[in-house]
Amino acid sequence: MATEILDARAPGRIPVVERPDGPAGRGPIAHGDDGGGPSAAFDPAQFGLWAFLGTVTMLFIGFTSAYIVRRTGMDWRPLPLPRLLWWNTAALLLSSVALEVARRRRAALDLSGLRVWLGATALMAGLFVAGQFQAWRLLRALGFFLSSNPHSSFFYMLSGVHLFHLGGGLVWFALVLYRLRGARYAPAAGGRTLSLFATYWHFLGLLWVYVLFLIFVF
Amino acid sequence: MAKLQGLLFGLATLVLVVVATFYFTKTWLPPLKSDRIAIDHALAITLAVTGLVFIVTNLMLAWFGYAYQDGPGAKAAYWHDSPRLEMTWTLVTAGILAIFLFNALSLWAKVTAPPPADAVLIEVTGQQFAWNVRYPGKDGVLGKTDHLQASQDNPIGLVKDDPASKDDLLLLNQIYLPKDKPVRVQVRSMDVIHSFFLPNFRVKQDAMPGMTIDIWFTPTELGDFEIACAEHCGLGHYRMRGAVHVVPAADLEKTVAEAAQ
Amino acid sequence: MEGEERMAHTEAHAAEAHAHDHAPTAFIWKYVFSKDHKVIGIQYYVTAMLMALIAGLLAMLIRVQLAWPEVNWGIIGKLLPMGFQGGDGQPYVMNPEFYAMLFTMHGTIMVFFVLSTAPVSGFGNLLIPLQVGARDMAFPFLNGLSFWTFFCGCVTILTSFFVGAGAAAGGWTSYPPLSALRGAVPGSQIGQTFWIIAMVFFIASFTMGGLNFVTTIINLRTKGLSLLRMPLTLWSMFLVAILGLLAFPALTGASLMLLLDRHFGTSFFLPTGLVLNNAPMVGANGQFVHQGGSPLLWQHLFWFLGHPEVYILMLPALGFTSDILTTFCRKALFGYKAMVGAMIAISGLSFIVWGHHMFVSGMNPHLAMAFAVGTILIAVPSAVKVFNWLATLWQSRIQYKTPMLWGMGVVSLFISGGLSGVWLGQSAPDIQLHDTFFVVAHFHLIMAGAALFGVFGATAMWFPKMFGRLMNDTLGKWHFWFTFVTYYGTFFPMHYIGLAGHMRRIYDPYQYEFLKNLAPLNHFITISALILGASQIIFFVNFFWSAFKGQKATENPWNANGLEWTTSSPPPHGNWPGAIPEVHRWPYEYSNPSAPKDFVMQHEPPLAVESGH
Repeated sequence: MATEILDARAPGRIPVVERPDGPAGRGPIAHGDDGGGPSAAFDPAQFGLWAFLGTVTMLFIGFTSAYIVRRTGMDWRPLPLPRLLWWNTAALLLSSVALEVARRRRAALDLSGLRVWLGATALMAGLFVAGQFQAWRLLRALGFFLSSNPHSSFFYMLSGVHLFHLGGGLVWFALVLYRLRGARYAPAAGGRTLSLFATYWHFLGLLWVYVLFLIFVF
Repeated sequence: MAKLQGLLFGLATLVLVVVATFYFTKTWLPPLKSDRIAIDHALAITLAVTGLVFIVTNLMLAWFGYAYQDGPGAKAAYWHDSPRLEMTWTLVTAGILAIFLFNALSLWAKVTAPPPADAVLIEVTGQQFAWNVRYPGKDGVLGKTDHLQASQDNPIGLVKDDPASKDDLLLLNQIYLPKDKPVRVQVRSMDVIHSFFLPNFRVKQDAMPGMTIDIWFTPTELGDFEIACAEHCGLGHYRMRGAVHVVPAADLEKTVAEAAQ
Repeated sequence: MEGEERMAHTEAHAAEAHAHDHAPTAFIWKYVFSKDHKVIGIQYYVTAMLMALIAGLLAMLIRVQLAWPEVNWGIIGKLLPMGFQGGDGQPYVMNPEFYAMLFTMHGTIMVFFVLSTAPVSGFGNLLIPLQVGARDMAFPFLNGLSFWTFFCGCVTILTSFFVGAGAAAGGWTSYPPLSALRGAVPGSQIGQTFWIIAMVFFIASFTMGGLNFVTTIINLRTKGLSLLRMPLTLWSMFLVAILGLLAFPALTGASLMLLLDRHFGTSFFLPTGLVLNNAPMVGANGQFVHQGGSPLLWQHLFWFLGHPEVYILMLPALGFTSDILTTFCRKALFGYKAMVGAMIAISGLSFIVWGHHMFVSGMNPHLAMAFAVGTILIAVPSAVKVFNWLATLWQSRIQYKTPMLWGMGVVSLFISGGLSGVWLGQSAPDIQLHDTFFVVAHFHLIMAGAALFGVFGATAMWFPKMFGRLMNDTLGKWHFWFTFVTYYGTFFPMHYIGLAGHMRRIYDPYQYEFLKNLAPLNHFITISALILGASQIIFFVNFFWSAFKGQKATENPWNANGLEWTTSSPPPHGNWPGAIPEVHRWPYEYSNPSAPKDFVMQHEPPLAVESGH
C-alpha cells in the first residue's frame, strides 16, 4: 500500500524518502512522485544531457551530409593533415582517461587522488586547446585558410564548432571544480555533477575523433 | 443563438467557398498552350475529389454542430473506440491517396523524361533582372560560355572565339517557340536563383547559378504569351517579364534571326 | 557506485528543494528573471503576441501594396521614410526593397517568433508541469535562461530594420546566393547578418526549451500517469520538442555556413561563375572569389528543418483542439490511440518530405519522386485526425463557449488547408502551383491558421490558469466570428489567384498582362485582411481587460478533467499546496453513464465501470 506521498520539492520539506518498494523499486523518488514508468527513477539531468547530445549529434550529421556532397565536386583539393593533430587527439583522449580515474578516486573518497587526476584532466585539456590553435597556425603558415578550398573550409569550421562546444565544456569543468571543493558539502558531494560532466567530456572526445576521421581519413 | 452558431459553422465555410467559386471561376488556370494537358487533368481530378471531401466534411461539421447541442436532458454518447471504423477510414483514405500518388508519379516521370532528339534547343539565362535567350543557330550547337568574360555588352559571357558561338542568336526578354514541335530549354542563371515560368505552358524551372537544367515541352497553339520570374531574386523580381511568341515551326529560324538584329 | 549515486541524487535534491523552498518575493525575481514555469510561460506568450502585432502590421502593408500598387501612402509614407519615396508634392510610393523586407520579416517573425513560441514555449511552459503533475519543469534555471535568450532574438530581429541598408530581404527562406551576396539586394548587407544572429538566439532558446519539455514529460510524470494517459496537449508538446531537438541543428549548421560565405569568403552555397550586375565576382588574382558551392545545399538543409518546423507550429494546436473539443462537447475523445499514433506518424513522416518544397529546384527528379511519396502519405494520419474529431463530435453535447468555437475552427482550417496540400504534393501539378499564391493559401490556412486558432482557443481555455480570471465570453465570440469569416475571406481566394498564376513575393503584379484581371480578387483579399487585422483589437482589449478585471475563476470553471484543473486558478508557487495528485485514468472520461457527474477527473478514485484507459 502506498504511503503518504512526500514530494521532494514541496516547500518547507526536506526531501529524501526511501521507497525501496516503489513502482520502480530503485530507491528515492525524483522531483515529483513516481511517474508512470521506470524512467521516473532516471536522473532528469542525465536524461536532459543525453537529449542535448542528440541535438549536437544532429548538428554534426548535418555538417557530414554537406561534406559528403561537397566532396564529390571536381575542385576538391585535399588538405594536408598536420601531425600535431594526432598529438592533440591523444591529449584529448588522455584527458578523458584521467577524468575517469578522477571519478573513481572520488568514489573511493580519495580526495588527494581526486585532485591529482582532475589536474591531469585539466592539463590534457589545455594541451588539446593550445594544440588546436597551433594546428590552425601551422595550416595558415602553409597557406591554407578558411576560404582557401572546400576541404580547408570544412576543416576549420568543424574543428571550430567542436572547439566551441569544448569551450562550453571547459566552463562546465570550472563549475565542477568549484562544486567539488565546496567545504559545505560532504566528501561524497559533487558526484552527480562530475558524472554528468564526464559524459559530456567523453562525448566531445569521441566527436573529435569522428571529425578527424571524416576530414582526413574518410 | 447557440443553436445558430452550430449551424453557422460548417455552413459559413461552405457558403463562402461556393459563392466565391461562383463569382471567381473565371480565374481557373491560364489557357493551356502546350502539350502538358495531363497536368490540367490532374488538377481537375484533384479538385473533384478534394472538393467532394471538403463539402462532405464541412456538412458533417455543420450538422453535428447544429444537432448535438447542450440543453436540458441532453446526453452525450459514451462511445470512443472502434478499431473497425479506424481501419476502414484509414484504408479508404490511403487507397484514394495511393491512386493519386501513382498518377502523380507517372506524370512526373513523363514530364521529367529526357527530351526527344528532334527538340529545338534554346538556352535561357536569367540574371538580375532580365532573361537572356540564346539560339544555337544553323550549327545547332550552343557556343561555350565563360562567366569570366561576362560584361555589360556580353551579359552571358559568350566565348566569341568559339566557332560554335559565331552563329548563336541572342535575344533579350523574348523567346520564340515553334508550334507543335518539342522545345528543349536549358535553364541557367548568372547570379541568384530565378525561376523560368511560362504560365500558359505549365512550365516552371528554377534557374540555379552553377547549374544547367534541361526541361522540354511542346507548344500547341500560336500566339503571344508571357514569361514570369517565379523565384524572389531581388528588387526587380516583379518586373522580370518576358514575351513568348509561338510561331509556325517552319518560320522559327527566320523569325529568330530577324528578331536578333 | 549505485549507492553513492543514490546519495548524490539525494543531496542534489536537498540542495534544489532548499533553493526551491522560498518562493521569490522581490519583483525582479518573481516577474522578471523568474524560474517559475507559469511566469515564464506568460512572458513567452505576451512577447510572442506583441511580435504578432508587429508581423501583422507588416502583413497589412503587404496587402495594401498588392491591391493598389499605385496608391499614395500619404501619412504612412511620411512616417516611414526608409520604406517610401515621395513628399514635396509627390505621392508616397513604397520602395521595392522595402516590400522585400516586409514579406521576409513577416514570414520570419510569424514562423519563429510568434507561432513557434506562443503555442509551444508559451502554453507548453504553462501547462506541462500542471498536466504531468510536477512542481515545475525539470530545469527551471535553464527555462528562465531560454526566455531571455529568446528575448535577445526578438530584439535582434527587430533592430535589423534600423541597421545599415535595412532588414533582411531575401524571403524568410533566405535562399543563397541572394542572401549570401551583399550586393544582390540591400537587405543582404548587414540586415541578413542580423537575421542569422537572431536565428541563432532563437534556436538556442528553442533547444533549451526542448530539453526541458522532453525531460519533464519523460521523468516528472506523477504516479499513475502513463504515457497513454496523457492529454493530447502533452503528447503534442512532447513530439514538438523532439522535432525541434532533431531538426533545428540543420538550420544552425546552415546558418553558420551562410555566415562564413557572407563574411569569410567560403563557398558552401556559392557556385563558381557568379556575375553580379554584369561584373564577374573575381578577386585580385582574376579567379572567382567563390567556387564550387551549391545553392541547393542550403535548400536541403533549410527545409530539413523547415518541414518539421511547420509541424512544430501545427501540432500543439492539434493537441489543444482535442482537449478543447472533449471538454466542451462533454464526450470522450474518439480513438485516443489512433490520435496518438497519427501524431507520431505525422512527426516521423515530417522528416522525409522536405524535398516537396524543391520540386522545381533542379534537384534529381528521382529524389523528387521519393519526396512526393512521403508527402502524399502524410495526408493519411492527418485525415485520421479529422475523422476522429468528427466522431468525437457525433452524438456529443456541445457547449458553445469561446474555446469550443476556436477548436471547431481548427478542425475547419485543418480540413481546408490539408486538402490543398494534396494538390501541391503531387509533383507535376506543383510545377504550375509552386511559388504562387496557391502555396500561400495552403500554409496560411493549415499552418498559420490552425496555430493561430489553437492559440486563441488555448488562451480562452487556460486563461484561468494564467491570471485567475475568465475572459469575457461575449467579446470572445465576436472576436471569433469576425476572425473566422475574414480569415477565410483573406486566404481562400488566394487559391484562385494562385491557380491563375499569381506569383509570390511580387511588388507589383500588374506588370503582367495575365495578372491584370486578378485585381478585384486582390482588392477583396486586402479588404478582408484589413478587417481581420482590425478584429484583433477585440482580442487585445478582452485579454488585457480580463487579466485585470475579468470574472474571477474557480479551480475548474469548465468542469474539465486534466490535472491542471485540480488546483487553484492561478496555481500557487509549487502548483499544489499539498501533495501532488495521483492519476487513475485518461483525461477524457466524459459522460460515463455509471459516473455521478458527466466528467470524472484524472485524479478521482477508480469507478466501478471505467473506459479502461
